[in-house]
Amino acid sequence: MPTLRGSWFALEKSWTWYRRNWRATAVSSFLTPVLFLVALGFGFGSQVQSTALIGGVSYLEYLAPALVVVTAIQGATFESTYPVMSQFMWQKSYFAMVATPITPAQVLYGQMLWVGSTLFVKSAVFVGIAAALGATAGPGILWSVVFATLAALAFSAPLVAYSARLDKPDSFTTIFRFVLMPMTLFTGAFFPVSQLPQWLLPLVWLTPSWHGIELARGTAFGTLDLLPALGHIAYLVALTAGGVALGVKFFHRRLAV
Amino acid sequence: MRRKLSDLFVNVGRVENLVEAKALTKHFGSFEAVRGIDVEVRRGEAFGFLGPNGAGKSSTMRMISCVSGRTGGDLKVLGMDPERDGPKIRARVGVVPQLDNLDTELTVRQNLQIYGRYFGMSRQRCREKADELLEFAQLSDRADHEVEPLSGGMKRRLTIARSLVNDPELLLLDEPTTGLDPQARHLLWDRLFRLKQDGVTLIITTHYMDEAEQLCDRLVVMDGGRIAAEGSPSELIRRYSTREVLELRFQPGVEKPDLERFAERVEVLPDRLLLYTQDGEHTLAKVHEHGVQPVQSLVRRSSLEDVFLRLTGRTLVD
Repeated sequence: MPTLRGSWFALEKSWTWYRRNWRATAVSSFLTPVLFLVALGFGFGSQVQSTALIGGVSYLEYLAPALVVVTAIQGATFESTYPVMSQFMWQKSYFAMVATPITPAQVLYGQMLWVGSTLFVKSAVFVGIAAALGATAGPGILWSVVFATLAALAFSAPLVAYSARLDKPDSFTTIFRFVLMPMTLFTGAFFPVSQLPQWLLPLVWLTPSWHGIELARGTAFGTLDLLPALGHIAYLVALTAGGVALGVKFFHRRLAV
Repeated sequence: MRRKLSDLFVNVGRVENLVEAKALTKHFGSFEAVRGIDVEVRRGEAFGFLGPNGAGKSSTMRMISCVSGRTGGDLKVLGMDPERDGPKIRARVGVVPQLDNLDTELTVRQNLQIYGRYFGMSRQRCREKADELLEFAQLSDRADHEVEPLSGGMKRRLTIARSLVNDPELLLLDEPTTGLDPQARHLLWDRLFRLKQDGVTLIITTHYMDEAEQLCDRLVVMDGGRIAAEGSPSELIRRYSTREVLELRFQPGVEKPDLERFAERVEVLPDRLLLYTQDGEHTLAKVHEHGVQPVQSLVRRSSLEDVFLRLTGRTLVD
């Protein structure tokens, strides 16, 4: 079976699941970002004075594109941990898939397509809601949908590969607490990273969220030059590609022994 | 489900041995799960791997179903090499794994439909096939229920139905009835008989000798990664056992008498003696004459359990 076709069928399984269970996830995936936008943008933001450092825009407008990115990364984290482990360990449904013409690599590609497409849609909905609430400075925020998805994939791909190697879910909590949480808070979404101590910056530059936020905010306000933009994109694409390559290896090792 | 006559003609000229293994081995690190087995499975037969847990049955099945590579030896499935043509072979094979791996959060019908998609079938075809298989598995009234709360027997039937979605020529069943109650087992056996009649070649692993006797035309007895014997159930019984068995049960702790001279062979089990003989009643009478008073006695036909005991010195299910 051609790779794309096989991956498409693997994606269809997740879609079938989603069509049946979307109600359970809809609240958390759409309501949570809206609550953040309202509380931090409108509420907290009303007490924040705009500075030159954040480009002279209102805090709400400053926050919106970055919030799209960190929300997408959070969504990707959840899609890339328990559901992946479950299909190896509890439901074992990945094993059912590779008993058909579908290959382990196609199972992984299907999983990544699913993460990418759901986060693209969720980010688009988020941007729509933000625009409706008047939280956006202009049409430039539409780029956030693309870069949020890319940043989400860049974090998801290595994480899916990692999940494929686990036998118990204990380390997920560690990832949520010590990777996801600091990455959400300290990579430029809520305040400029220039406010962080100098020695911490190299660590920030490693995170996909910083690159995603730089891209999303830069395109939203038209402040990003082409060369740095290409650099950020290249880094996120490389993380995604590296994660997928590892994922192919680990999926094969786990499903074809 | 029933095959059309034209399908039979399509089969003419195809390979007649659906599986051919020569000196097949499988190692996991330093552990040798399969240690050089030769197997041929012919078109249309029901072939069994009988053996205790850890005999290498499942590893063999996973190699035949082309999800697990071999360590050594030759393997041809449907005339092709799994190493090279895995997806092509899997397209024509059905797999019922030892543990159900259904999508438990989907409905019964969705499980069948999405599985059809994995074989590249159109949505329309998947819908039709799902209806047909729901009926075959007697799950039509549960079609739109979620899988999770179904009984073990129903899940098993759904797994088997799912494995048939691509009209496989070869169906691999890894311990199809382990853990099911007797009624559910008989229902499953009935479905498997129907498949066999329809010309599907079955390969079954089991550690239940009654299942092997019921379902298999031919089987191999596996132990410790090797094949200990091969033949039809009745051949194996003839070759390795006597016609009848006299089972004598004694009080626990009481020393069992030496009865070697009354039977062709005697097996001493922790709780009973098995006397292998052509005429169990006659032997029982002689044992009684001799003054031996067992707590309980039973005369029965020899079974594959006895064959296994003879070949390995151990019982199948411990």
